[in-house]
Amino acid sequence: MTNHKIDVTVNGARQSAEVPARLLLVHFLRENLRLTGTHIGCDTTHCGACTVLLDGQPVKSCTVLAVQAQGREVTTVEGLEKDAKLHPVQEGFWQKHGLQCGYCTPGMLMTGCALLARNKDPSEVEIREAISGNLCRCTGYVNIVKAIQYAAEKLRAQ
Amino acid sequence: MIPSAFDYHSPGTLAEAVALLSRLGEGAKVLSGGQSLLPLLKLRLGQADHLVDIGRIPGLEYIREEGGMLKIGGRTRESALELSELVRAKLPILHDTAKVIADPLVRNLATVGGNLAHGDPGNDHPATMLVLNAQVVAVGSNGERVIPIDKFFLGLFSTALQPGEILTEIRIPLPPPRSGGAYVKLERKVGDYATAAAAAQVTLGANEVFSSVGIALTNVGPTPIRCQAAQDFLYNKRPSDTAIAEAARLAGEACSPSADRRGSVEYKREMARVLAARALKKSIQRAEGR
Repeated sequence: MTNHKIDVTVNGARQSAEVPARLLLVHFLRENLRLTGTHIGCDTTHCGACTVLLDGQPVKSCTVLAVQAQGREVTTVEGLEKDAKLHPVQEGFWQKHGLQCGYCTPGMLMTGCALLARNKDPSEVEIREAISGNLCRCTGYVNIVKAIQYAAEKLRAQ
Repeated sequence: MIPSAFDYHSPGTLAEAVALLSRLGEGAKVLSGGQSLLPLLKLRLGQADHLVDIGRIPGLEYIREEGGMLKIGGRTRESALELSELVRAKLPILHDTAKVIADPLVRNLATVGGNLAHGDPGNDHPATMLVLNAQVVAVGSNGERVIPIDKFFLGLFSTALQPGEILTEIRIPLPPPRSGGAYVKLERKVGDYATAAAAAQVTLGANEVFSSVGIALTNVGPTPIRCQAAQDFLYNKRPSDTAIAEAARLAGEACSPSADRRGSVEYKREMARVLAARALKKSIQRAEGR
């Protein structure tokens, strides 16, 4: 089984590597690039803790091969902060207590960002639908929804 | 979890993909969105020596109306189907179906072709495609062939696709005016397979009688199930609560569910009946433009 050369843009920086075909994107991010902000939760495509943006779309990185990301753009939670300032969605989770244990948070943040990129003013139902592939076992989602609403408001004001 | 080792190929054209599959033989699997295949490989319920990724072949992702048909490229993602205005306007049942498949993150990668080609009775498109009388286009080393949907699902994880064939397009004849369809799914939570689900597609003809009826069920047997007796019962009858109830009863009888964590045989059969009735009612409302 041969290795495959991949070039992937991760958080704006080009990354080249030789990887086995079976390497999962989440392992490439966490182990090859040491970007451990992306969490592995269920590892069976259910929980969404490993959500990253692939060409702007939120996907479960435990169910994507690293070779499938060849030539594409990946954004992880480490790519959200700009110039030492939190992304409005991150700020929302902070201000509205959108987390307790924090395990699902990177995935929630990525899904929240993708939602607000295509819908500036989502309703509560739209937010709940958008995050329906991300499981949180602590919060009951109430403050997560509030956090995304906070971010939506802040982004609209910018 | 790490799948057992395989090699990876990413052909740039369909011809190249077909040639690869033919050369690599039975150990090769087609990788489309990967949302069913990769979990199977990771859990080691399935095994492949080679994955042929059709994701880099241009021209396999589209939704268009052509010659009285809605044509969907085999690699079209569920999220594209869900967001398509054309689908919403022409085939609301297909919009119903796309938006209850797995979850929004999975739908960003999962493809319509994969949902059919996988042959999993828990998948949602098969029942809908049955009631829409879809055709499946497959390309292999012997060229292209068109498979009627009634001949497509052969058994559990088994379809009419030959090894080496790639599902390239789904063709759905657009229904005449005064048609309507609906897909209704019972699931324990977002992302779960159906406990049971029902698809219905009807057309109201002269004298307000059903001039065509399609009823099919998801995940209550080894394949998606077309409820022929229920369809025959409604054909040429006027819509009424009693007719719907009898058709739904026949639909419930047509299924052969197995007991699992989603419920007992009796419960699933009863849910199939209830969901068939709901899908029929919604279809009739849509056919009547309500």
